[in-house]
Amino acid sequence: MKITVAGVKKEFDDGLTVAKLVNLEKVETPQYVTVTINDEFVESGAFENTILKDGDEVEFLYFMGGGR
Amino acid sequence: MAFSNEQLERYSRHIILKEVGAKGQNKLLSSSVLIIGAGGLGAPAAMYLAAAGVGTVGIADADEVELSNLQRQIIHSTEDLGKAKVQSAKEIIERMNPDVKVNTYRIFVDSSNIADLIKDYDFIIDGTDNFPAKFLINDACVMAGKPFCHAGIIRFKGQLMTYVPGKGPCYRCIFKNPPPKDAVPTCKQAGVIGAMGGVIGSLQAMEAIKYLLGVGELLTGYLLTYDALTMEFRKIKLPSETKGCAVCGENPTITELIDYEQSECDGVSL
Ligand SMILES: [Zn+2]
Repeated sequence: MKITVAGVKKEFDDGLTVAKLVNLEKVETPQYVTVTINDEFVESGAFENTILKDGDEVEFLYFMGGGR
Repeated sequence: MAFSNEQLERYSRHIILKEVGAKGQNKLLSSSVLIIGAGGLGAPAAMYLAAAGVGTVGIADADEVELSNLQRQIIHSTEDLGKAKVQSAKEIIERMNPDVKVNTYRIFVDSSNIADLIKDYDFIIDGTDNFPAKFLINDACVMAGKPFCHAGIIRFKGQLMTYVPGKGPCYRCIFKNPPPKDAVPTCKQAGVIGAMGGVIGSLQAMEAIKYLLGVGELLTGYLLTYDALTMEFRKIKLPSETKGCAVCGENPTITELIDYEQSECDGVSL
């Protein structure tokens, strides 16, 4: 199946969970990333149980704390 | 308000724009923007807003200018070392544009003073370097119904979004709570390219100017991210569902401002 991750279309095996995707994409500090699928938030406790489907668009939103 | 000949010339490149005109320039001159944090983001934001003729610019920062600030905080100079940042910023702005009234607040912004600080401003810019301050600014602006532009920078990356009451998600809609102390790098060890403050801080100034003029589309409902190494800007659409948010939602559970614990290295200017 094809999933768009951060704007890039990629091929993945069926049954992929958000938790697995976070791992495959080597997300930095994965416990603090916010994930959206098709412009909807995935609850942070639901990464393991959320299964992605063909055509999904996934975004990772990161904490960025610097500024001064 | 009638322009002086000097003002007509100073703002001629604005006035000639159909989106600004004399009317828009007058709007800017009668507007006020508060910048919290006079550093990497706040410096360029303050300078562009002042040059643009935003009539009142407030700057809040408790710190003094340090040598390690000068790689990016372009409103301060070598001769300002040891001087209060708000003072150094005020002197530069007054030299740039005598039309601008500068209000300085040499304070650490916290739950006891932020509501009073933001209440008289039209727009707020978050130029702070730590999560407790970013959540505090968000919550205070949501509660007071004030628009603000959030931004963060680190290493070669930056991001920003704009909150306008009733027009889209707030910072807490996306990030429910600050990460635990030191869990996510924010401090001087992580480093940041100086020009990143210039890129993202200037974009914050642009959001403020568009908001004040009432032109164009703001980053409400979007997070703009910038990666300097790949030279990619991405405008990421945010969920529009905000009902469940703890602060801007229908039944807010956060009704008082919170002072979260600062990380060890916060307070050291990033
Ligand atoms: Zn919210």
